[in-house]
Amino acid sequence: MITTKDVEHIGWLARLKMEEEQLEGYADQLNSVLDYFGQLDEVDTKEVEPTYHVLEMNNVFRDDEVTDCLTQDEATGNAPRTQDGYFKAPRII
Amino acid sequence: MREESLKLRPYLDEVGVMIGLEIHVQLNKLNTKIFCGCPLDYHDDGPNTHTCPVCLGLPGSLPVINRKAVEYSIKVGLALNCSIEEHTQFYRKNYYYPDLPKGFQITQYDYPIASSGYINIEGEDGEVRIRINRAHMEEDPGRLVHEGGSIERSKYTLIDYNRSGVALLEIVTEPDIRSPKEARRFLDKLRNILGYLDVVDTTLEGSMRVDANISLSGGSRSEVKNISSHKGAERALLFEIVRQKNLLRRGGKVVQETRHFDEARGVTVSLRTKEEAHDYRYFPEADLVSLRVADWAPGIAKTLPELPDARRQRFITHYSITDDHAKSLTSEKQVADFYEQVAAEVDPKLAAVWIADVLKGELNYRDLGIDAFASASMVQLVKLLAGDKITEQSGVEVIRTILDEGGTPDEVVAAKGLLKAGSDLVTAAVEEVISENPGAVEDYQNGKQEAVNFLMGQVMKKTKGRADAKEVRKMIIQRI
Repeated sequence: MITTKDVEHIGWLARLKMEEEQLEGYADQLNSVLDYFGQLDEVDTKEVEPTYHVLEMNNVFRDDEVTDCLTQDEATGNAPRTQDGYFKAPRII
Repeated sequence: MREESLKLRPYLDEVGVMIGLEIHVQLNKLNTKIFCGCPLDYHDDGPNTHTCPVCLGLPGSLPVINRKAVEYSIKVGLALNCSIEEHTQFYRKNYYYPDLPKGFQITQYDYPIASSGYINIEGEDGEVRIRINRAHMEEDPGRLVHEGGSIERSKYTLIDYNRSGVALLEIVTEPDIRSPKEARRFLDKLRNILGYLDVVDTTLEGSMRVDANISLSGGSRSEVKNISSHKGAERALLFEIVRQKNLLRRGGKVVQETRHFDEARGVTVSLRTKEEAHDYRYFPEADLVSLRVADWAPGIAKTLPELPDARRQRFITHYSITDDHAKSLTSEKQVADFYEQVAAEVDPKLAAVWIADVLKGELNYRDLGIDAFASASMVQLVKLLAGDKITEQSGVEVIRTILDEGGTPDEVVAAKGLLKAGSDLVTAAVEEVISENPGAVEDYQNGKQEAVNFLMGQVMKKTKGRADAKEVRKMIIQRI
């Protein structure tokens, strides 16, 4: 059972801003998603190999060969703040 | 590969210290990053010069895994006695921190590439086995520069993504380590093994980064991050043990938290209460398909070099040297190679003594590696010693002179006149000293043993140190 408190926590983890009056609605929606998965849980899958990936494909590799890089200007060109070729962000602990 | 009968630790000391380590090893001998072709030779270049849309996490870019990074990981896994898993896959570990441009790190979770291994180390109470829980592949985050020095005081953070996407192998031990000293020995042994495997240059900054989990019996565990050296690991753990002991003694409780090691001050500082594992919301990385590479293991196993433990055993049986010497000589691949080059040409036992007991100490004192001394010079030196051409004292002087000023043993011996004095010369010197110092001779005859030392000193002075001290002593005593 997902509570409005859980919704707030999940929102914080995903850095989503939520208004107080939205919390209940989201909690209902998330609970109905969980209910749906609850139905799936009723199916016996003991003998079924898990679907690790939707593509039936394994082992896609590239060789250890160097390709071109972006220049420093290209790399930092879209950043709102830079300094001496670095990206600049607020202090975070 | 896997051994079922693990030798578990026989005792806990009175406070029951339990330490587990997580070591992030950079596979920096690769040419490129784990999921893109950006090169790893960024150490001398400016920030953000070795990036591309993949390692910057730009929309629409797709990661493709480096085959060689997988091979290297299997190689390390096998060397740590792990099994290589049939099925292995990647996940997104979600958290917001500026060192991750995508908002998640691509890593492994419940299907790591290698699991259930061990390393044997010299423990507090003899040889012990430290179990390896798993080794998993992941991408290195970018490098943060905290303006103003420390993480607590800086106003903002500068970010360099050159390191972002470098292949990491995270090696996780079981909590089998019982003391800070054991932790250091484990790390030294691991570094030695990695050196033998030639997958990581451990001299590069940040190539082995350690997080330590530590608890005392009856307490919660704390995690110490930001440990960048093996000595640092020992200090950080010692600090934590004292801190937790004091807390418990005063009736306090150790809270489960992450602490940051401040290397300069030698203390750990609380950073945040530990986020629960499910807060990372791991989910499968759909941009990468699964790996089924267990069948590579037998082929890779054949390419494994002889590892330190096996080499140590071979040194003992093949060269008839002591276990202590064999251990010392194999603790670094370059030293072991050096020894074998020398031992092929001269008496292996004498070579072991001079390399393990003398040369290593002199190198250590000068903070030099074995490459500072030519193996040909060691061959020459051991020949001089074996042929009784110079004294042991002169042998040490030759090594010191070569390290400080250069040259070969023959050159140093000639320049400094270190060839052992001929026996006529020594005999003459002994007889002269005896006749010149009747007082000392009389003292000795009256039972004053120290008088011999004085006489010996006089002989050494006359022969400029080129006489063998033991022989001189014998000659003097015979004559008085």
